[in-house]
Amino acid sequence: MTPNLVALLYLVSGVLFILALRGLSSPATSRQGNYFGMTGMAIAMVTTLAVAAPQSVWTWLLLLGGLGVGGSIGAVTARRIAMTAMPELVAAFHSLVGLAAVFVAAAALYAPDSFGIGTRGAIGAASLIEMSLGVAIGAITFTGSVIAFAKLSGRMSGKPIILPARHAINLGLFVAIVYLIYLFCQSGGDATLFWAITLLSMLFGVLIIIPIGGADMPVVVSMLNSYSGWAAAGIGFTLSNIALIITGALVGSSGAILSYIMCKGMNRSFISVILGGFGGETAGPAAGGEQKPVKLGSAEDAAYVMKNASKVIIVPGYGMAVAQAQHALREMGDALKKEGVEVKYAIHPVAGRMPGHMNVLLAEANVPYDEVFELEDINSEFPQADVVYVIGANDVVNPAAENDKTSPIYGMPVLQAWKAGTVLFNKRSLASGYAGIDNPLFYNDNTVMVLGDAKKMTEEIVKALAH
Amino acid sequence: MHGRKQSTFGRLTALAAGAVTLTTALASPALAAGGIGGTIDPIVYELMVFVMAIFVGYYVVWAVTPALHTPLMSVTNAISSVIVVGALLAVAVEHGAVSGLTGGDTVASKTFGVLALIMAAVNIFGGFLVTQRMLAMYKKKGDKR
Repeated sequence: MTPNLVALLYLVSGVLFILALRGLSSPATSRQGNYFGMTGMAIAMVTTLAVAAPQSVWTWLLLLGGLGVGGSIGAVTARRIAMTAMPELVAAFHSLVGLAAVFVAAAALYAPDSFGIGTRGAIGAASLIEMSLGVAIGAITFTGSVIAFAKLSGRMSGKPIILPARHAINLGLFVAIVYLIYLFCQSGGDATLFWAITLLSMLFGVLIIIPIGGADMPVVVSMLNSYSGWAAAGIGFTLSNIALIITGALVGSSGAILSYIMCKGMNRSFISVILGGFGGETAGPAAGGEQKPVKLGSAEDAAYVMKNASKVIIVPGYGMAVAQAQHALREMGDALKKEGVEVKYAIHPVAGRMPGHMNVLLAEANVPYDEVFELEDINSEFPQADVVYVIGANDVVNPAAENDKTSPIYGMPVLQAWKAGTVLFNKRSLASGYAGIDNPLFYNDNTVMVLGDAKKMTEEIVKALAH
Repeated sequence: MHGRKQSTFGRLTALAAGAVTLTTALASPALAAGGIGGTIDPIVYELMVFVMAIFVGYYVVWAVTPALHTPLMSVTNAISSVIVVGALLAVAVEHGAVSGLTGGDTVASKTFGVLALIMAAVNIFGGFLVTQRMLAMYKKKGDKR
């Protein structure tokens, strides 16, 4: 194959990746888009194998072995993973992209000839800049995603870990990494400096994620998605590979846009999220200790109110994911529809632990996607709704965000559930949400608290509806 | 409301398509170099592709429906594993095939290559398959399973 043909084939796979993302503009075209992505990947891999065909049987074995081991782990995981565990799976995948970037950069450092970037110890400065950026961002992505994974999967507390003088430590680390990169680029490719950059970047990755609390995880996951893209682009420049450069740019901007959408959904600036220290799962400031009265209701009460409604809007949150209540919820929706009730679902952009988390769970439970609405499309409908069923959500329906200037979440766009006739609020207890903020909606006259596990409570409501 | 959305969407698509064409034109050195009359460092072309691809990504990703943001993340995971091309090159490094490569360097490159290959393979298979599994679940009203 001529170098021109090779470059064009990589361009084709880059374009197929663009089409893969393009397909996601609607569920109807998304499946086809995914096939475009797979085709692009196959073209890139076959082209590479044709250019640098392994010379020995031993190399073929290594190659097929690596593909086989990795591929089977990936395929089995993809098949078995529960939809509720998607945020931690995505975080784990990000960490692998980061680590792969580090390893590819290391391989290029030890055998630069085969990558066409010079000889051992005498690599061009431009290639070294690209390589060191790729490896630094890759290492940050790796450890940062490991921490995010640990927090999301509950292996580590979601509480922010605040080190004293952490800003000074982070700044010092950052300056040190930049200085080492400078030295590395002067050195022609010194291995010690390479590994020093890698280690410091890994430490940096840990330190920037540990102070970020559970509620800010959607931003963190999106941000790491973006980083994994920039790391891939850095390696793409090192290898002069168009497919990798295009993909890196796509993924980098995709993650950046998602981070922006998540920040806007919480009315927080990106900087304040990164600086961390918000969103612990602790109780908020003790509000004077006075107990305001709330109305409590049973599953039978909830079923009765909903059965007699003409329009019900369901607001799911992270609690629904934790309790795996999506299937019971869909049964409830079906039972209500059988009674002639109009049922809609309202999704807040930051509900759950990653962008689109609630949509996937509802889709898993066979809720048609045209019954599921985004905040700006459904917010005007709450006054016409007779009942709102809030299941496992809290901060995203907090009226304080609109009318209490002293509230930490003031200005955050929220679902105006309080405008409905009756609000049925399902929660495990009266504790505040992940932002640690009291919710005045609990104490409204038209709010009925149905306390209990989201799944059990919803199942009881379904039973009561059948009577 | 709906009409306005549609037209915005149409514009985005046209913009994205235009940017792709531009990227393709820029990525062809012969075409551009002929006009300028000199040789341009390949890294400049790579940078052009990179910048254009960021713009393409910007418009394409804004057009993604929020309901599919989770599949978007898993599919971006899968495609960023095209870094596998670097892993394949590293595994294929042969001792003595190129100048100045010692046995130790070959072993190091191959080892890192295999490790990177395993990680990328997990992501490629895992990423595309889990995306497919998710996308298969999105049903319209009346669709049968």
